[in-house]
Amino acid sequence: MTMLSALIGTLLFAVIAPILGCLLAGLDRVVSARMQGRVGPPLLQPYYDVRKLLEKEDASVNSVEKTYIICALAFAAVSGGIFFSGGNLLLCVFMITLSSMFFIVAAYSTRSPYAEIGAHRETLQVMSYEPMVLLFAIAFFMATGSFNTASVFALELPAVVSIWLVFLGLLYVLTIKLRKSPFDLSMSHHAHQEIVRGITTEMSGPTLALVEITHWMENVLFLGWVGLFFVWGNPISIVLALVVMVFVYLLEIFIDNNFARVKWQLMLKSAWLVALVCGTLNFVLLVF
Amino acid sequence: MAFASKSPWVIHYDASSCNGCDIEVLATLCPGFDGERFGVVNTGNPKHADIFLVTGSVNERNISVIKEIYDQMLEPKVVVACGICACSGGIFHDCYNVIGGVDKAIPVDVYAPGCAVRPEAIIDAIVEGVAVLDEKSKALKEQKKGAR
Repeated sequence: MTMLSALIGTLLFAVIAPILGCLLAGLDRVVSARMQGRVGPPLLQPYYDVRKLLEKEDASVNSVEKTYIICALAFAAVSGGIFFSGGNLLLCVFMITLSSMFFIVAAYSTRSPYAEIGAHRETLQVMSYEPMVLLFAIAFFMATGSFNTASVFALELPAVVSIWLVFLGLLYVLTIKLRKSPFDLSMSHHAHQEIVRGITTEMSGPTLALVEITHWMENVLFLGWVGLFFVWGNPISIVLALVVMVFVYLLEIFIDNNFARVKWQLMLKSAWLVALVCGTLNFVLLVF
Repeated sequence: MAFASKSPWVIHYDASSCNGCDIEVLATLCPGFDGERFGVVNTGNPKHADIFLVTGSVNERNISVIKEIYDQMLEPKVVVACGICACSGGIFHDCYNVIGGVDKAIPVDVYAPGCAVRPEAIIDAIVEGVAVLDEKSKALKEQKKGAR
């Protein structure tokens, strides 16, 4: 990977990912509504929401909050750029964690008790999913012999064949990363399930719009991680990966609509247990 | 084109309602009426909301709360008085502790009468409020242009 390809990748990702992410978010809301027996909003509703937020009065409790959110947005774009330009998966993982950190710091900087509760909970979510995500990067290295995501195109068989247990583990923490119920502890998308509004309590207007765009990009990146397991030398495999990505996203919406929120203790314990069992067992299988 | 009309996020506050109107406000967002068709989302946070739905009359205890929620909302914003108590005080208008309708505390844009207010009337009032929201959004844009 060269610096240039990562740069071009980042720029392309910053343009294309919000569009795809917006459509994904719209799909989420329409499918959720249909699951609840409602008609639901138009597909472009998330786009309207963000445009409206950008039109609103620009007010903030302090001047640094928006700066942190812009950093979160920028690092999410860099992370996606590295991933989709065939770059280092480990760097991609660290970059997206850095983006989450900026998001948490933005909430803490407001000194609002409600935002702080949300930030505590977001920190717990990061703690929960991070071991599994790191094991995913290491397992990817063991399966392909390189941290570069481009190395999947040199494979004879998709990575999922050798690291399917890690794939299942990643699916488990994906629900946390996408902030879907039962693991939507820091910020629920459902009405009145949250203490005021969790981590985004103090973020309003244009700042909240940037938060939404960051989440769209994150969602595209995380689905990219899912697709990575199903790509190998054959170009048709990209179609297979896309089908799996759509299927996984619909599965997440199904889980979101069917489970009540769990306590953070269960989330942390279960996510670490999944990381321990799926990760180590898969390593043992790979080594022997 | 203003996008304010396409995603009216509401916040709901029960001033001193008997709870009848509050049940109807929540019913509006349930599958039967599905307010989300118009992009309506029930937020719990005034900083995210565009439309302020108030039920019940204003009294000495809650007037400061109503003003605080209104002040925390960002422009453009619209206030909808839901139910006859919120409009004028209703049957409680001459109680010793009741000040009157919501308009005694904050400027009200749309009045939705009824006891209890019907979900159809609330949807009507929100759609009406959305038009006001659009106007205010345009005015805000003009103001921003003027400032530059």
